[in-house]
Amino acid sequence: MKLLLTLAGAITALLSSKSVLAEYGLNMTQGITDISKDIYGLHMMVFWVCVAIGVVVFGAMFYSIIAHRKSKGAKAAHFHESTTVEFLWTGVPILILIAMAIPASKTLIDIEVLDKADMTVKVTGMQWKWQYDYPEEGISFVSNLSQSSRDVVDGTPEEREAVDNDDTYLLSVDKRLVVPVDTTIRFLITSSDVIHNWWVPAFAVKQDANPGFINDAWAKPSEIGTYRGQCAELCGKDHGFMPIVVDVVSKADYAEWVESMQAEKVAEAASATMVWTEDDLVAKGETIYNANCSGCHQKDGSGMPGVFPAMIGSSVTNGPAADHLNIVINGKGGMPAFKMLSDSELASVITYERRSFGNNGSVVQPSDVTSAR
Amino acid sequence: MSSTTTAAAHDDHHHGPEKGLLRWIKTTNHKDIGTLYLWFSFVMLLVGGALAMGIRAELLQPGLQLFEPQFFNQLTTMHGLIMVFGAIMPAFVGLANWLIPMMVGAPDMALPRMNNWSFWILPFAGAILISTFFMEGGAPAFGWTFYAPLSTTFAPDSTDFFIFAVHLLGFSSIMGSINIIATVLNMKAPEMRLMDMPLFVWTWLITSFLLIGAMPVLAGAVTMMLTDRNFGTAFFDATGGGDPVMFQHIFWFFGHPEVYIMILPAFGIISHIIPTFARKPLFGYSSMVYATASIAFLSYIVWAHHMFLTGMPVAGELYFMYATMLIAVPTGVKVFNWVATMWKGSMTFETPMLWALSFVFLFTIGGFSGLMLGIAPADIQYHDTYFVVAHFHYVLVTGALWGIIAAVFYWLPKWTGKMYNETLGKVHFWWSLISVNVLFFPQHFLGLAGMPRRIPDYALQFADFNYISSIGAFSFGLSFLLFTYIVVDCIRNGKPADARPWPSAKGLEWTLSSPAAYHSFGEPPTRAEILAESQHS
Repeated sequence: MKLLLTLAGAITALLSSKSVLAEYGLNMTQGITDISKDIYGLHMMVFWVCVAIGVVVFGAMFYSIIAHRKSKGAKAAHFHESTTVEFLWTGVPILILIAMAIPASKTLIDIEVLDKADMTVKVTGMQWKWQYDYPEEGISFVSNLSQSSRDVVDGTPEEREAVDNDDTYLLSVDKRLVVPVDTTIRFLITSSDVIHNWWVPAFAVKQDANPGFINDAWAKPSEIGTYRGQCAELCGKDHGFMPIVVDVVSKADYAEWVESMQAEKVAEAASATMVWTEDDLVAKGETIYNANCSGCHQKDGSGMPGVFPAMIGSSVTNGPAADHLNIVINGKGGMPAFKMLSDSELASVITYERRSFGNNGSVVQPSDVTSAR
Repeated sequence: MSSTTTAAAHDDHHHGPEKGLLRWIKTTNHKDIGTLYLWFSFVMLLVGGALAMGIRAELLQPGLQLFEPQFFNQLTTMHGLIMVFGAIMPAFVGLANWLIPMMVGAPDMALPRMNNWSFWILPFAGAILISTFFMEGGAPAFGWTFYAPLSTTFAPDSTDFFIFAVHLLGFSSIMGSINIIATVLNMKAPEMRLMDMPLFVWTWLITSFLLIGAMPVLAGAVTMMLTDRNFGTAFFDATGGGDPVMFQHIFWFFGHPEVYIMILPAFGIISHIIPTFARKPLFGYSSMVYATASIAFLSYIVWAHHMFLTGMPVAGELYFMYATMLIAVPTGVKVFNWVATMWKGSMTFETPMLWALSFVFLFTIGGFSGLMLGIAPADIQYHDTYFVVAHFHYVLVTGALWGIIAAVFYWLPKWTGKMYNETLGKVHFWWSLISVNVLFFPQHFLGLAGMPRRIPDYALQFADFNYISSIGAFSFGLSFLLFTYIVVDCIRNGKPADARPWPSAKGLEWTLSSPAAYHSFGEPPTRAEILAESQHS
């Protein structure tokens, strides 16, 4: 009874909330591409066909339950066979299925066949973040769950709502994918460790990222805005914490963004030839560690016995820098390769690992990374 | 066969069960082994259910309150494995053990010692599986579908124990199904023709062939995992020339027949219960048999509809979409036949009938969402979301499990010789019906709104439906305490049941006393008896 009351309370609360329909989705998104709208149309068509069949079948069933009951004095008939009826209810569903299969096949072929793309983005899934490469523009970056969400996973409901007011809890990232509007974008999707799945509902793009293979998908977004998605294939511990955020911007804004990213790359290359102080390295390294490494090795470096080695007192973090560099750059077993990070980023994070958690390893400079690559 | 019956009829030492615990360890009696299977699967159902309560407790609210993400993944993985391999499959084998010999007029199963062995493997396999929770690195955490390479290169050490447990469970299932095929084809009463057999026997015969075809493929998949993990092979590792997608093909070549393994016997059960309480013969007996066989055949050629997003060529996607849609036809035929059986009947609504009617309704809802998922382009948006979770729980909980519970209420008087408490039975039914829908129906909305499955925490827009779903889950979980009470109360205090407690029930099992004697059908039934009890007379 108490449970029923709680339940009734929950349902009343839900229904009385003003913004219920606006804020809480009940149905599939229509999205912002022709394909996503076609898929929504298919979804609704099949849904209504199911509703119609349901009304007929359940109608007959409930009529029978109400009218043909013993307590109302119903006497049982004895018919138990009819070849005509069996043919009828085998044939009619086949016709209905053919009627559904025709538009479904058309949409499927539209999805799979792409003649020419205006631009290409390579998407690489890795535990538990996404790397985006723009091969023609020479841009490459890694996109992690934003720190603001990560910090409040164990926090209070109020803290999570605060994140939602600012951005979106668990659906926000540190670096967003940026693409131009009204442009046909080809996504080349792969993975560097386990299988992930890159899903942006508004694009109706959801494609497995298989290690060692490249899948493709495409979208032509037609509305400027921010669109959010998540990894849709169980990929280990932090599968629930690798969101996707795409900014669809005007073509002019996109050109500007490309320029700024390229300028950043030049500055980054220059910084790699400098000699850094230990404090600078450790400070920069902490941010990189928390975004890229703490998922497995934990924020305090304690790791997870039997699965993820600890940083504290490890022979790698306290041993020769060359071994440490090799593992981080090239990976080992379940540990992914981090060669997509820049020289200064790698030097900082490795130095952070070697000088924190009570470790006493040597300082690593960006130039050490350059020669180790 | 004649020597078996003669021995049972004339040897005074084998009339009753042995005393004490050894009875259960040494037994070769189909009724004892059926009981063992049913109690084992019930315990596993409670264990798997407890894990599900953990999952729903973590998902009650956004944020991480109770478990680390890695442990959450262990919960979802072990929940799935225990429910599929520990609860649903053994429960159906238990029902087969109890019922098939009585339904075909046979004295026992064809291979009684193997029967003992196939049961006694299970507790050990289950114990090995559950023990992984206590190992360093924790239990398997890669989902019940254990996709490589998450289950190979990236898995905890306990995975090798999981592989061993799956092998054992597979042996048990294969032996169980060989036994059922041998029993049905060789031990049925000489006067019984195939098209005289009750639907439960038919569906189990067909299911056995699915098991024999599918389980060795699963064994192959886990063996390849084992060598990939320990002996340097690279079946599923691209860097060694392997292919992780091949794992999925092999897995689903097992996995899709597997889902029909878990539902076909339930179809059989429902086909017994509805005619009994509609007081009308089953409509379209032979089309029911053909539909079951068609579903079984189709189940082997649709596996890649679980893999529309792996990067299949468009021709492959089109084929698997069409083949999948085709399954709706024989499944529809079954539902139509059940409704036609009710039509112009004289219905009463005892507890087994309530479960059977709600099975038809809720399984059909699961069928509708299955049809939607089969539409390949739409599957892009449904795949790996809570829409899928809702779908397979509608067919497995309100389908397979519903069928099992319906069977328990329907045949409990025959097994125990006593009647359960009808009022409590109805209370339990309505409680379960309401809570299971509060539990699973909102998950359709969650999935359509974009919530992926297998995540321990979610964005705030999913909070309300998750809250409702969790409340439903806790209520549904509690309902099993009442179920336990009803069954135990029936065994201990139930009123004596008639040989035919449901007056309009047909079937050879009802010609036996309640409870059925330890050894039954020492003499096979005659043609006249068989015809009088057949489902299509």
